[in-house]
Amino acid sequence: MSGRIVHIASNTFREAVRDRVLYNLIAFALLMSGAAILVGQISIEIERLVVINLGLSAVSLFGMVIAIFIGIGLVSKEIEKRTLYTVLSRPVRRWEFIVGKFFGLAGTLMVNAFFMAVGVFGALLYVSRHFQRADSWVLVALYFIILQFLIITALALLFSSFSSPLLSAVFAFALFVIGSFAEDLRGFAALTHGVMRWLATGAAYLVPNFSALNVISSVAHQQPVSGQLIWYNTIYALIYATMALCGAVLIFEHRNLK
Amino acid sequence: MIAIEILGLEKTYSVGFWRKKPKCALKPLHLTVEEGEIFGFLGPNGAGKTTTLKLLMGLVFPTAGSARILGMEVDDPRMKAQIGFLPEQPYFYDYLTARELLNYYGQLSGVAAKERSRKIDDVLQRVGLPDVGGVQLRKFSKGMLQRVGIAQAILHDPKLLFFDEPMSGLDPMGRREVRDLMEQLKQEGKTVFFSTHILSDAEALCDRVAIIHQGELRGVGAVADLTSSVHGKVEIVWQGTAVPSSLRALGAECHVTGDTVRAVLSEANQDSAIDALRRERLRLISVIPVRTSLEDYFVQKLQPAEAVAGVKS
Repeated sequence: MSGRIVHIASNTFREAVRDRVLYNLIAFALLMSGAAILVGQISIEIERLVVINLGLSAVSLFGMVIAIFIGIGLVSKEIEKRTLYTVLSRPVRRWEFIVGKFFGLAGTLMVNAFFMAVGVFGALLYVSRHFQRADSWVLVALYFIILQFLIITALALLFSSFSSPLLSAVFAFALFVIGSFAEDLRGFAALTHGVMRWLATGAAYLVPNFSALNVISSVAHQQPVSGQLIWYNTIYALIYATMALCGAVLIFEHRNLK
Repeated sequence: MIAIEILGLEKTYSVGFWRKKPKCALKPLHLTVEEGEIFGFLGPNGAGKTTTLKLLMGLVFPTAGSARILGMEVDDPRMKAQIGFLPEQPYFYDYLTARELLNYYGQLSGVAAKERSRKIDDVLQRVGLPDVGGVQLRKFSKGMLQRVGIAQAILHDPKLLFFDEPMSGLDPMGRREVRDLMEQLKQEGKTVFFSTHILSDAEALCDRVAIIHQGELRGVGAVADLTSSVHGKVEIVWQGTAVPSSLRALGAECHVTGDTVRAVLSEANQDSAIDALRRERLRLISVIPVRTSLEDYFVQKLQPAEAVAGVKS
């Protein structure tokens, strides 16, 4: 990786930290502690299930919100505040700027996810007093959540490269919601006929398939995740994020920075 | 050797949401700037100065034409390593300290890690901010940000500097310091291309200037040439409040200000006027040929072509 990409990524990470983005961890820690204590008191035999469901859903939701709301401003804010001018007047290629921004935000989200994962395991330990072998699947669910972050970060960057922050937020959030029901959309496409079938199938495969990346419920029920699914999801997420990132680069390469 | 070569650079934007209309921001511009000179790019607000600078920095793409900087294309990273740019009313990452910002820009410009710290100290000293390197930029005033902007532009010791309104937001002392700095940069052999609408700065600093108005180049030349045309008149200043009647007979236009009198008259009557002042035992202060100021030239170039033709006829 070019040194300039590393510098841009680390500056993006530093911006997120100094803008107190990681303060959400405090809210998360309070949520997990409160949930663990509450669940420990009111649940019988299903404490682990509730804590894993609640914890991983919160990790996913907090991360998605951060990815969307930081991602949509990564490019547009730099144009609006003209900080980009002094960067691009240096020996920095436009694609390096986009890729650096992507890795910077992805790194922020991973650090965020790491600390939140520690919180989930802490709550799990509190309610069940010991770890079980099946708890290792929680790590796979966390890995899939990180793959979702990569996709949504790339999409937020793609929208940010050509539209306003507000529109970018609407687009990214809409795709997140639709993508969470991608399997249902594919099922619906199979039930339709003619042109409608083509349209529904096209839409179903165009939106990111977040439902395939969501194994929270099965992991909470101690069901294993197949190695094949891990492999497919990894390939799918990397290809999808790369394509979205390439789209962002292509648009940004030709954009006039008025 | 040519530092900047602009060949018919032109920019037209499409404005409007639904039915887009073309808006010409820059008409075909042809200009060359030699190495080692301070070149002023003058024009009123909205004349096309910033558009030209953005085109040269590769921030916007030209509708037609091309430009070469230090003999290279405007998007060539090797060229960008040798230039510095100060945008108009710069804004920087305000969560960084001045030192962190300069370190970041140094990294992007390829300044070696072992040299970076020394260079940062050096430029902070040069722009008059030696003690605030550790302060976050969100606490900086407009003038201080302008100084940081100049510091980041010169940090990597570039050959060619582009300053967009460098005096903007500075107090009189700050303007003086920036003028001194630009002269130092020239003495170091660097080329400075700067846009401004403050004519006194341009007159004091520039070897050559170009005047742009409504996206069109209206004039270009050496400041000395543009301001050296003599009108065949002289300005005589003496101490006192009295105007000898013989001077009025010579057709002098006289203005009394405090205890000095300023008279403008034909160069042919200069000796007679001085003799008249001697006879009246008035103390002569100065005799100066009346020359075109840069301001006169600028105003003349900004007038529509028809108005100028009308005045001449």
